[in-house]
Amino acid sequence: MSRLQVELPGLTLKNPVMPASGCFGFGKEYSQFYDLSLLGAIMVKATTREVRFGNPTPRVAETSSGMLNAIGLQNPGLDHVLQHELKWLEQYDVPVIANVAGSTIEDYEQVAEAISKAPNVHALEINISCPNVKEGGIAFGTHPDTARELTEKVKRVSSVPVYIKLSPNVSSITEMAYAVEEGGADGLSMINTLLGMRLDSRTGKPVIANKTGGLSGPAIKPVALRMVYEVSQKTTLPIIAMGGVSDEMDVIDFISAGASAVAVGTANFVDPLVCPEIIKNLNNILEEWEIEHIHDLRGRSWKDIGEAAYHRS
Amino acid sequence: MIGQENMKIVSHQEIAANIFELVLEGELTKKMTSPGQFVHLKVTSGNDPLLRRPISICSINQEMNQFTMLYRVSGNGTKVLSERAPGAVVHVLGPLGNGFPDDYLKEGEQALLIGGGIGVPPLYELSKRLVHKGVHVTHILGFQTESDMFYKNEFEKLGETHIATADGTHGVKGFVTDVAEQLSIQPDAYFTCGPSPMLKAVESKYETINGFISMEQRMGCGIGACLACVCHVAGDESGLKYKKVCSDGPVFKSGEVVI
Repeated sequence: MSRLQVELPGLTLKNPVMPASGCFGFGKEYSQFYDLSLLGAIMVKATTREVRFGNPTPRVAETSSGMLNAIGLQNPGLDHVLQHELKWLEQYDVPVIANVAGSTIEDYEQVAEAISKAPNVHALEINISCPNVKEGGIAFGTHPDTARELTEKVKRVSSVPVYIKLSPNVSSITEMAYAVEEGGADGLSMINTLLGMRLDSRTGKPVIANKTGGLSGPAIKPVALRMVYEVSQKTTLPIIAMGGVSDEMDVIDFISAGASAVAVGTANFVDPLVCPEIIKNLNNILEEWEIEHIHDLRGRSWKDIGEAAYHRS
Repeated sequence: MIGQENMKIVSHQEIAANIFELVLEGELTKKMTSPGQFVHLKVTSGNDPLLRRPISICSINQEMNQFTMLYRVSGNGTKVLSERAPGAVVHVLGPLGNGFPDDYLKEGEQALLIGGGIGVPPLYELSKRLVHKGVHVTHILGFQTESDMFYKNEFEKLGETHIATADGTHGVKGFVTDVAEQLSIQPDAYFTCGPSPMLKAVESKYETINGFISMEQRMGCGIGACLACVCHVAGDESGLKYKKVCSDGPVFKSGEVVI
C-alpha cells in the first residue's frame, strides 16, 4: 500500500489531499491544469435543491494572509448538478464528496437522498456552517440539538457515509462534534470559514456587498489546527481538516493534530496547481523522513509519541 | 491556453500619479493573442499579499517576448507590486478571459474607443491592431484630473484622441460622454473599458450600434471556479442567469450583461 493511501468511511483515497468545497467549482476549470484523477477526492461546490444566484458583488476581499468571501452558495441546483456536473466528473478516477446545503431540513434531506445515489459520490459533506446565507447554513451549525436532528435525518436518507462540516463560529466546537456524532455522523469536516469583515478605510463602509464574509487562508490555520487538535481527542469520528492549507507541511500539521485527510481551499486561487504539488511533495517528505505511512503521524501532537508508529487507523 | 511563468521585470516606472507602467518578459507572451485579456499576478511569493491581482494587458510585443501593463496603486497588493524593481520576477498566470474582437470591423470602417481611468490601458493594444487593419479609430479618454492622465501621446499617434477630465484641468471638463455628445462621427462599433457608471452611460448613448464592453470586478481565482466576479445576464427576468467576468468576459457584447 502506498504511504499516502487513506481509508475513510465510504472513501478509499489515493492520498489524503483534496480541494475544499467552494474553492474548486465542480472541477472543470482546474482540469485545464492537471488530471483530476491525481486528487485524493474532490469536495465539490455546495448544492441546493433549487438554482441559486448567490449574493451581490463584490463578493471577495483580501485580508492579511487571508481572504473574505460571501459568494452565498451560488450553484446551478440539484438537477443540473446531477445531470451535468457529476456526470462530467465520472470520466475521472476520483471519489466525489458532495457538499449539501439548504434552507430547511427537508431541503437537506431531498438533496442528500438524490445526490448520494450518484455513482461517483462516495460521501456527503453536510454544510451546516455557511456563514453567508440568511436561512439555513450556519443556523443549523450553531445549535447542538438542531445539528443532531439534521444529522439523524440526513443519515436516514443518504446512501453513502455522511460527514458534517463544522463551523468555527461557535463557543464550543467539541459540543457540536458530540452532537453530530450522537446523530450518527460518519465523519467530520472542519473548519468552515470564520465570520469576519473588512471596511474601506476611506469611506468606512464594508468592502463586501454582503457586509460580512467568511475568512479563509493561512490566517485561519492556527484556529483550525487548535480545533482539530481538540475535537480529534474527544471523538472517534475521522476528520477531514481544512483551514489555510497551502503546502505539504500544513498537511502534516493537520494530520499531526489528529486529522485523517486534509482539504485545500484558498490556496487553489493562488496556485491552480497547488493540490498536485502538495501530493508530490508530501510523498517526498515522508520518504525523506522514513515515515512508512502518513497515518503514522496522525494525532502525534497529543498521542504518546512512542506508540504512534504502532497505531495506524 | 492558460500558462504560468515567472516573468522578469524589464522596466517599471510611474508614468502618472499612482499609475505604473510594468514591462514583463518571458515565453508566456507568445500565448497573448487577443487585446483586452488580462493576467493574474502574484506580486511576491509568500502569504501577504495572498491573492493574485488581475491586471489587463496594455500592449504585446511578440518580437521582444515582452508585454506591458499599466496599473494604478490602489491597495496593498499594487503597492507592493509598485516597489518591485527591474530584474525581479513576478509570477504570471494567463492570459485569462476573452478580449476585444479585432476582426469585427473591416478596413475603412470607423471604431470609437472609450476608456476611463485605469480602463484605458487594454484599449491601446486594440487600437494598434485596428489601425494596422486600416480601421479608422477615434479615442475618447477620461481621467479625474490632468496629473492622472497617461498615454495621451501614444493614442494620438494612432488616431484622433479626445481627453475629458472631471475637473477640467485638461481637455473637455466633464465625462467621456460629454465629449461623445460633441463628436460628429458615426462609429460602426464602439469598444469601451472603465468604471461601471461610465460603461452604463456609454451603452445607453450608443444604444443603436454594436459595442464591446470590458467589465471590472473583484476576483478570486481568475479562472471561473470561485464565482466571485459574476454579473447578471441582461433581460433575464429570473435573476438566476449569470456570466463570470473572469472567464466569460471580461469583454462582453453590448446588451449581453447587466452593467
